[in-house]
Amino acid sequence: MTIVKSVTCPVCGCLCDDIELVVEDGKVEEVKNGCAICESKFIGYRGEHRVLKPKIRQNGKLVDTTLQEAVKKSAEILANANYPILYGWSSTSCEAQRVGVELAEEVGGVLDNTAVVCHGPSILGIQEVGIPSCTLGQVRHRADLVIYWGCDPWSAHPRHVERYTTFAEGRFEGSEWKGYLQKFKAAAGRKKIKRVMKQAPVKNPPSIEPVTPSEPPQKMKKDGRKLIVVDVRRTMTAEVADYFIQVEPNKDYELMEALRALVRDQELDVNSVAGISVECLEELVDIMIGCNFGIIFFGLGLTMSAGKFRNIDVAISLTRDLNMRTKFAIMPMRGHFNVTGSNTVFTWQTGYPFGVDFSLGYPRYNPGETTSVDVLLRRESDAALVIASDPVANFPKKAVQHLVKNPLIVIDPHMNATSLMADVVFPSAFVGIEVGGTAYRMDHVPLPLKKVVDPPEGVLSDKEILNRILEETRKIKLKQVEAA
Amino acid sequence: MVQQKLRVILLTGRTIEQGVGKERGKASQEYFESVSMCYMDPEDMKKLGVRNNTNILVTTKYGSVVVKAVKYRRAPHTGMIYIPYGPWANAICSHETDSIGMPTFKGIPAQVAPAQNKPVLNMEELLKIEFGK
Repeated sequence: MTIVKSVTCPVCGCLCDDIELVVEDGKVEEVKNGCAICESKFIGYRGEHRVLKPKIRQNGKLVDTTLQEAVKKSAEILANANYPILYGWSSTSCEAQRVGVELAEEVGGVLDNTAVVCHGPSILGIQEVGIPSCTLGQVRHRADLVIYWGCDPWSAHPRHVERYTTFAEGRFEGSEWKGYLQKFKAAAGRKKIKRVMKQAPVKNPPSIEPVTPSEPPQKMKKDGRKLIVVDVRRTMTAEVADYFIQVEPNKDYELMEALRALVRDQELDVNSVAGISVECLEELVDIMIGCNFGIIFFGLGLTMSAGKFRNIDVAISLTRDLNMRTKFAIMPMRGHFNVTGSNTVFTWQTGYPFGVDFSLGYPRYNPGETTSVDVLLRRESDAALVIASDPVANFPKKAVQHLVKNPLIVIDPHMNATSLMADVVFPSAFVGIEVGGTAYRMDHVPLPLKKVVDPPEGVLSDKEILNRILEETRKIKLKQVEAA
Repeated sequence: MVQQKLRVILLTGRTIEQGVGKERGKASQEYFESVSMCYMDPEDMKKLGVRNNTNILVTTKYGSVVVKAVKYRRAPHTGMIYIPYGPWANAICSHETDSIGMPTFKGIPAQVAPAQNKPVLNMEELLKIEFGK
């Protein structure tokens, strides 16, 4: 039995690097310090849904084949395609992404990562107005006001609150964990009393429900870190927040513009904005201005609803305005563990973070034109390579219809919805478990991923598979040039 | 009075169960159960006469899908339904990218109707119907 310490978790953009794994007989048997998703990954990596042999589609069915055959078939597909899409990249290492850029340039395709259906609008917003951001270490040690806007870290980044924000014990700001524990105990007590009241023979029992605040509750005046959640529905994160603001769907833009006006000491001529009273907003702005170090974390609630990248534009502008009065920063809650890395690698290799088109021989970037969903909707692509992602499960139906109509190559450790539709399937080693590499945390801090166990026999890393496809593609292309 | 149909706003997003399921494997039962469902407000369920854990048909301009209705514990959010990301949600999401590459996955007008007698399709059945493979 071996205990491997300080393992980086390859699940979400938090990249928690304090995971401990108990390895026995070359298998991970126990996970310590991780969240539910982390444990599921480290235990589930050797589950029954793992692909262990390359597969190829024959007579409409996927059948086992050799690695050489799969590489040859993939290279033929890519070399003969006029406009292939190379999509995914967010759940693999920067080293594999780098080979991916080379391959995309070689075949003259569209290179796109999952940011396009995730934080792509955030990148567009940042390109419009810049971003006053910081590292998660600064937030952990200094932030006394944390705002989660349109995101639910409790579900998507389960250890974010514990490691980097309100529950973290920082150098200058303490953990608020005990306060929340008391709050939950009180809530459980209220539930018990309610149950007893129901059984008691009392007509019209007195209400013991906490009154929904029309203005920020008293606890916003407490010392220490404060947590505000802005969302369209009460999430688990909202449950632990000091103040939850329920905004009407698709009204985030209006709400943030109203806050900007109030930060700039302008008066609003309306009584409420996005379902929230102006008095409430004034109190909120006072809290924001009154903090020493505030941070806004925003999620897909902003990037996917009406306004899309304009929501991010205005959120960053609000942060900029707040910086005239106090110190404020803003950061997107990146999803896949290395989506930030794919944006970074693509940018230092091509100049652009996603939706890079190599069809003219040099990189071009025009979101809405060179982004994969748009290429698919216009039915322009004639082949695709999908790596470390599942667009059939995550793209809208109309886009998927064109994706699966053309030859499709999938590189993924698990059998997923896209693999089921593929013409060639490569099993690959799990990055961060069976193969090492580099990944970028959501605050752009690169962290090393560890190799903890050996991959199954014959299963290669994403980087190695891509290298072999690239080599074979080059050979075919050379032959095509010579024949011409 | 029980209504036949209810107009709502559809949101899609992450849940911890979906995260655990996807890491366990997309072909796993955990994943299927975590994404072929829809959180509803208890008041909305009453209006439709839908009981917890029974099937509903969700229809948008872009398609329709049968999912299991589950009562949301942190209500109220009347007029809003929530389906975790996955093939079932994407069968009814908007492909409009507003010329920036990003489809609309949140805030889509939808209609909900009870569908006790219609089954929730499994992943292979759903993909076969949607894409013929």
